[in-house]
Amino acid sequence: MRAERGFAPPGAPATLSGVSVKELRLDVSATPYGVQIGLTTLRDGLRGIGIDDSELPSVELVLAEIFNNIVEHALAETEDGVIEVGLQCTPNGLWITVEDDGNPMPDGKPPLGLLPAVDVPVCDLPEGGFGWFLIRELAHDLTYTREGDKNLLVFRMAVGRGE
Amino acid sequence: MKLSHRDFADVRVISVTENRIDAACAIQFKDEMRHLTDTGPGRVVLDLGSVDFLDSSGLGAVVSALKAVRNGQRLELASLNPSVERVFHLTRMDSIFRIYDTAETAIEGKSDAR
Repeated sequence: MRAERGFAPPGAPATLSGVSVKELRLDVSATPYGVQIGLTTLRDGLRGIGIDDSELPSVELVLAEIFNNIVEHALAETEDGVIEVGLQCTPNGLWITVEDDGNPMPDGKPPLGLLPAVDVPVCDLPEGGFGWFLIRELAHDLTYTREGDKNLLVFRMAVGRGE
Repeated sequence: MKLSHRDFADVRVISVTENRIDAACAIQFKDEMRHLTDTGPGRVVLDLGSVDFLDSSGLGAVVSALKAVRNGQRLELASLNPSVERVFHLTRMDSIFRIYDTAETAIEGKSDAR
């Protein structure tokens, strides 16, 4: 992981001169264990750019759901896929970009993420379908674009404004 | 993924000894839970006190464990950390499971507590 200057996700406010840029970039190996290692690494990195311990779980959960979807869908046929993630702490929250060069989203759009029905008999309870619901619940200003052969997700988490 | 268990008079308490249930270990978790409920008594409590991260794959694995119990057997949860409790709450799965604050209160709890 490396701190980097000059990184600005689309839609994020320009960095004010004189304000220290708090950002991280990390390449995550697109496998279930790669995701686990990436998330653990990001925990420490996020603390370092001003994210409070109480705010870490929601960021980690959203990133986990996005990474898992990329591993299971976008890069399902790829053995050495990489997910590029960038995080920038700004006055209006933590802006996050996630890029991969896998398959595009179905219909070119991220899923709506409706909550599966849980008021059903136990044998019919859903065991999946919660990922995009959780992303939509916790992330703000989410946009998806297909740029050439890359998927680009940009969104904001309402954290990191404590200082 | 490691699960340990303690047996009491009429309840088996299964503890997750790792700090996350995620996509990397969900299948193994389901398999081990299946074994421990199959060989357990009519009431089983899953103690999640060590778990500080649960994603939707982990949630799905816990739901799968509930669906796999035998007829008449109960699977209840105990000791959810705030980040884990939040996932259950957001997805409304907290309305499906009997959830105890601690494993100790779960052990004392009557089997018809709900």
